[in-house]
Amino acid sequence: MGYPYPSHPKETVVLSRYFGDPEARTYDGWVQRGGYEALRKALGMTREAIVEEVKASGLRGRGGAGFPTGLKWSFMPKEVVKPHYLLCNADESEPGTFKDREIMRWTPHALIEGCAIAAHAIGAERCYIYIRGEFTEPWAVMSAAVEEAYAHGALGANAFGSGKRVDMVLHRGAGAYICGEETAMMNSVEGKRGNPRIKPPFPAVAGLFGMPTTINNVETLAAVPHILNRGAAWYKSLCLGNPKSTGTKLISICGHIQRPGNYEVTMGTPLREILYEMAGGPRPGHTFKAIIPGGSSVPIMTREEAEAALFDYEGIVEQGSMLGSAGMIVMDDTTDMVYQIWRLARFYAHESCAQCTQCREGTAWTTRVLARILAGQGKQEDYQLLLDLAENMTGKTICVLSDSCAAPVVSGIQKFRSEFEAYIAGAREPALAAV
Amino acid sequence: MNAHSAHGGHGSATTVPHEPVFVGEARERLERLFALYPTKQACLLPALWMVQEVRGWISEPAIGEVAEALGITPAYVKGVVTFYTMYHTHPVGRHFIQVCTTTPCNICGAEDVVKAVLSASGCGDLGATSPDGRFTVIEVECLGACGFATPILVDDDFIENVTPDKVPGILQRYP
Repeated sequence: MGYPYPSHPKETVVLSRYFGDPEARTYDGWVQRGGYEALRKALGMTREAIVEEVKASGLRGRGGAGFPTGLKWSFMPKEVVKPHYLLCNADESEPGTFKDREIMRWTPHALIEGCAIAAHAIGAERCYIYIRGEFTEPWAVMSAAVEEAYAHGALGANAFGSGKRVDMVLHRGAGAYICGEETAMMNSVEGKRGNPRIKPPFPAVAGLFGMPTTINNVETLAAVPHILNRGAAWYKSLCLGNPKSTGTKLISICGHIQRPGNYEVTMGTPLREILYEMAGGPRPGHTFKAIIPGGSSVPIMTREEAEAALFDYEGIVEQGSMLGSAGMIVMDDTTDMVYQIWRLARFYAHESCAQCTQCREGTAWTTRVLARILAGQGKQEDYQLLLDLAENMTGKTICVLSDSCAAPVVSGIQKFRSEFEAYIAGAREPALAAV
Repeated sequence: MNAHSAHGGHGSATTVPHEPVFVGEARERLERLFALYPTKQACLLPALWMVQEVRGWISEPAIGEVAEALGITPAYVKGVVTFYTMYHTHPVGRHFIQVCTTTPCNICGAEDVVKAVLSASGCGDLGATSPDGRFTVIEVECLGACGFATPILVDDDFIENVTPDKVPGILQRYP
């Protein structure tokens, strides 16, 4: 549902059905709504059967990369000769994205159930849920729910009497965007600085504490109980034409739009319907100028591109961007694109872990050059300078943080060049003081 | 404790004796944490949260105490403390205010909310503590509530849809 607004008829409400319903937060309330049936079922299934079911559903990672979930699970060793771990990524910090927060706030048991099923499927007895430090309310709700799940025997040494151990530990982050990157997150759980690790080794081989590990996003895991309850075929049928993108997806919409919130749609829904019908379109008297469709780390789309796009992994790529986390930042005709691109670059410069030179220097220099342009001191050479910096920040570092900084800069120069030009030519009042 | 007394300049760390944090109940909580992770070092972030909860910030002697409790060096602990922005390495006001100003909030007027908070709190500048010791205000990167612009965190209270006109009323709730 378009929480905090009621469901729109064009939504397909699966994960968000109980958003805003406080009774769904309790164990009993969740069971009354059909909760924990999937976990009971899963505990009676073999690991392989669960993995096959999830593979057949077509579920792909909802954190941003879109990697097939069942396939990821199948990379875990078949024999458990040392501890396996499940790490749930609840470090939602991609600007524009606020869906995992609502899953945890309103349906904590959906996540616990999904985690428990996934842990069993990958042969893990322990799951760590990494919740960003700023999420005080989700933390409190999740803490209470985990305690309740233990008290009712859903978790613990003998989950639902199955003889299988499923333990769940909440781990609180402390303010670092980069810890949402899976290898940085593993370091953070281990009590280290959140520096991403070089891959390989991949987490399924040597992950958390050097042990085989699977990392999944909150929304991905919350979808798993529904797949077990209603079957892979049902989930796969939630698709409007492109068989590579199945199921429902939560979209966080924010910025200059009439009804910002979380909407849940079937993959393949026209983006135009989402923006104009579900979320209510632009503010009166305004038109959209730009949409960043997948959290701030993806290329900026023009209004025309967004209006032509189908909302699924491939559909957004066809229109020049990426689905990412589906956190949509909507900007209307009042937006100063240069200023906002500078603000994004500043975000990445602030959040760089500073391990890789290209990122540490590149994000900082990009920010400075953009600030110079905004201060009315830009030069014609700055376009090429920014593009050169972006080139050196793309595909050359341990993680993709610097690529993410480059994406809005490059797409911004390509698509909104006249706005840069206005500052450089002195046709627009400086937005920042000279440095 | 007066949060500013331990920050009195050169040598204060040696002149103000450090009262251990991990005694009694806090020690027991730490011991229980050890059971949740395969290494003691993994308890570092939770242990630092405990220090900040009890003391309001993480001092050099507290870093030493955490290091000893977990069997790692103080230098290592300091490296971790300074990596994460939510740990305070100096005393802050009684109430710590974080205002999101990243792009989605920025386009919805977050910078005006910052101005209103700085003015109503008496802090004047970002990062500064108000003269009465009541507030410290910082800008924070994306709080993950972009559809409810502008969100602010006052201590552990997450407040959504803040506009400049609401700021004085919100701050009144924090004496």
